[in-house]
Amino acid sequence: MQDFSYVSAQTVPEAVALLDEKGEKARILAGGTDLIVQVREARRDVDLMIDVKSIPEVNVLNYDANAGLTLGAAVECYKIYAVDAICDAYPGLVDATKIIGGTAIQGRAGVGGNLCNASPAADCIPPLIVLNATCVIAGPNGERELPVEQFCTAPGQTALEKGEMLVSMKIPAPASNSSSFYLRFIPRNEMDIAVVGAGASVTLDDAKQTIVSARIGLAAVAPTPLFAEEASALLAGREVSDAAIDEAAQAAQAIARPISDMRGTAEQRTHLVGVLTRRALNGAIQRVRDTA
Amino acid sequence: METEKKEYKVIGTRPIRHDGVDKVTGRALYGADFQMTGLLHGRVLRSPHAHARIVSIDTSRAEAYPGVKGVVTAKDLPEAEDRVADLGEGAVNLKYLCDNILASDKVLYKGHAVAAVAATSPHIAEEACTLIDVEYEVLPPVLEVRQAMEADAPLLHDTLKTTSMGETADEPSNVASHIQHQLGDPDKGFAEADIIVERDFVTGTVHQGYIEPHNATAHFNQDGQLTIWCSTQGAFTVREQVAEILQYPISKIKVVPMEIGGGFGGKISVYIKPVAAMLAKKTGKPVKVLMNRADVFEGTGPTPASYVRVKMGATKDGKITAAEAYLAFEAGAYPGAPVGPGAMCIFAPYSIENVIIDGYDVVVNKPKTAPYRAPGAPNAAFGSETVVDELAEKLDIDPLEFRLINGAKEGDRRADGPVHPRIGCIETVEAAKAHPHYTAPNGKKHHGRGVASGYWFNIGLESSVTINVNSDGTINLIEGSTDIGGTRASIAMQAAEVLGIPAESVNPSVVDTNSVGYTAVTGGSRTTYATGYAAYEAAQEVKQKMIARAAKLWEVDEANVQFADGEFSSINGKEEQISFRDLCAQLGQTGGPVVGSGTVNPGGAGGAYATHVVDVAVDEETGKVEVLRYTAVQDAGRAIHPSYVEGQIQGGAVQGIGWALNEEYIYNDEGTMTNASFLDYRMPTCLDLPMIDAVIVEVPNPGHPYGVRGVGEVPIVPPMAAIANAIYDAIGIRMTELPMSPDRLLKAMGKI
Repeated sequence: MQDFSYVSAQTVPEAVALLDEKGEKARILAGGTDLIVQVREARRDVDLMIDVKSIPEVNVLNYDANAGLTLGAAVECYKIYAVDAICDAYPGLVDATKIIGGTAIQGRAGVGGNLCNASPAADCIPPLIVLNATCVIAGPNGERELPVEQFCTAPGQTALEKGEMLVSMKIPAPASNSSSFYLRFIPRNEMDIAVVGAGASVTLDDAKQTIVSARIGLAAVAPTPLFAEEASALLAGREVSDAAIDEAAQAAQAIARPISDMRGTAEQRTHLVGVLTRRALNGAIQRVRDTA
Repeated sequence: METEKKEYKVIGTRPIRHDGVDKVTGRALYGADFQMTGLLHGRVLRSPHAHARIVSIDTSRAEAYPGVKGVVTAKDLPEAEDRVADLGEGAVNLKYLCDNILASDKVLYKGHAVAAVAATSPHIAEEACTLIDVEYEVLPPVLEVRQAMEADAPLLHDTLKTTSMGETADEPSNVASHIQHQLGDPDKGFAEADIIVERDFVTGTVHQGYIEPHNATAHFNQDGQLTIWCSTQGAFTVREQVAEILQYPISKIKVVPMEIGGGFGGKISVYIKPVAAMLAKKTGKPVKVLMNRADVFEGTGPTPASYVRVKMGATKDGKITAAEAYLAFEAGAYPGAPVGPGAMCIFAPYSIENVIIDGYDVVVNKPKTAPYRAPGAPNAAFGSETVVDELAEKLDIDPLEFRLINGAKEGDRRADGPVHPRIGCIETVEAAKAHPHYTAPNGKKHHGRGVASGYWFNIGLESSVTINVNSDGTINLIEGSTDIGGTRASIAMQAAEVLGIPAESVNPSVVDTNSVGYTAVTGGSRTTYATGYAAYEAAQEVKQKMIARAAKLWEVDEANVQFADGEFSSINGKEEQISFRDLCAQLGQTGGPVVGSGTVNPGGAGGAYATHVVDVAVDEETGKVEVLRYTAVQDAGRAIHPSYVEGQIQGGAVQGIGWALNEEYIYNDEGTMTNASFLDYRMPTCLDLPMIDAVIVEVPNPGHPYGVRGVGEVPIVPPMAAIANAIYDAIGIRMTELPMSPDRLLKAMGKI
């Protein structure tokens, strides 16, 4: 491991200026559960770590039933699932925050870091996709917003330009009769990276029989987490049925382009996309129906 | 059984282990904790190729890097001859041993050590490793045992020729040796069978997965005295191996075993210990070398992958008439796969008249394999116990009943020769059959139940124990056996039993090679048996000496002093009585300190049997297997400390579950292990396991004063087949390849 510098930035402009100056050799440090390991294992060469945990904007955790959720990029997982209203509104996101690492990791790691690490297998990203999250990005030229499904561009690569950092994520308030669900397949019961991850959000009609709209997000089956747009669209207006869900699952399978690696084979992953999409959709539907 | 137990006051109880407080409070000192003034840090450069010729090594840039104090390569080793050294754990070819420490002419696996650097910080040493220029001529690797056996396979060693039953072949080969055992007339046996089952099996490369990586700190004094502080299963074998590799006298080497964070057989072979010594010699400073997890996976010995073929025949009424096995084991880069033990164990749970077993020790471009808990036996048993299950199923006989019909008993002969003394094979099967688990309802869809048995022969070997008696009635027990699984307690308890004192009155210490008599490794399930035996002998000597002191005190003949329940008393006239404790206070006046010693090399280790019952649920959509319930029955001979016997049974079963379901080295085509971390080398966590219900059966071993049988290894033998049999019960498919991971199950079920 090489020596590196550390700065605790106090404001977004300060962090942005440092990022702009150092370029690729500077990295944002929030929980550090990916970054520190990468540096220690010589998988990432860093000259400067910019700790953003003291910046107020990246620590915002604000839920409003009308305005939705503002989730600062450095907010740790455990803080998210500690808020009952957030658990009720975005159960799919909470599913992910509860399975990232163990309890100790969840005390450090956050959704923002999971997103910026841009792993194809990141558990938080499919839920963010299905919940229509928007990324708030600060840079030398001010702030911009980007839909979360456009944030990751390749394994470990994001849409962040030189000098840009993720400040927060905004998630709209959930529609009535809606819910979300995330699950992953791992060979063990914990402490594994997703072989495949699938998230789903659904909005049902008042009778809870017909799907008004749905969104499906997938992890670990392509270079980036995917929004299964076609699969999502074909559920709109359909009555809840095994046939409809199977069709969506097949459409999701069609966009998967997985690789074979030590975590699973391509055939296994494609097969699992079907299984997990069905389970995620059924899970989300069940949650809507379980809510009075 | 129960009534026999009552003879003992200490044995069979569950005192708190002597080393427990230090361990739970974090005070116990492990090798990585070791500090010393002027300490340098060593780092090993490892081969990026699975098979390559070393053209040149240029260390000049590394040597010039600020903070670097020394660099070593194979050139710094004494010229290794192609000769065989006996290092206590069997004969070892010295050239192979040295080349595995630092490669000289060829690298034979990804991770093979090539050079090492000592520097003022670990980071500098790591950085300097990247400045060593090694030119390789890359060769095609061979990564699988059957491919390595093919005539046109890439050869690892130009000089290796197959030895087969005393004959050595003319042409070089990757097959180091072929062994064969035959009993009776297999052809006749198969002709008598009404049913024959034959199957092929494949098992993956798996690692012991001890939590603590290897570590070593070495220091050369100005007078040439070398001291090594390290994590090891045997300080004396470290001394011997280092002496051979460095061609240095054992009298000038002291090995200090630090506390050990797991070994399971993997901490018998040396890797970085000689390297630390070489760096210490070159720099004149103490040097500490630590491995990281990837080093451990790629640079230390796992247990072999294997190809196993088993054929067994039986009559309609369930009597096995013949058995045949073909075992081809991957040795890794250098010969020495545990195919011999596999052959010794494979059919040992059964009384079979006609047996033929062929075993092959084959080199491949993977790390040189090392012992791992009953080495070789689990690979073999996965095959034989699956075939036994299938025979029972086809004959419509309950699988445990089938084992009772055929179970091995005293007087039966193993195919490799030895005749069983009193063993507890049948007893473990009976206990499993009688256990409520075996008859509990299990009819849910995709749930299944499986059973399997296993055998491990256990070993004796040399042990030494010294007991120093303290004036307050306690004793200091000095031993050379590294305590991996609670043996300080189990050895101390045997001495305490002899002397009629509580276990807490014994202070056991595991000491360095200068401070105790020769003691072989903690391995082969021998420690509670053999070192316990030595402690028993040492305590007997203390008892005799204490009787002499009481006799002196009372001015009576020694023959007139009795010792029972911790009290000395005189018989024949004089009415005298004194407790062990009170007599200890009078040693000064009666002739000085009392020291007892015991040295043994016992031959009657007594084999151990286990029978496991497991329930699983298979997720038909994902191929994932959940272990729902697990009962492990085992003959412990006599459980000295039942909690640690249960711990060994549970640990072995859990490692077997990992081996069965997910653990394996995954290689790419270039021969690089792609999952060299605990993230992707998937050992089970506590969240993947049910409570392992350990059931101890006690059939005392006639070869030990208290009836002890080794318990550490046999519990890893049955799990793979037991789980495979449970999966068959759940979904009707025989899994014949390990691990039975979700993707393999999906394939077997035709889902992908």
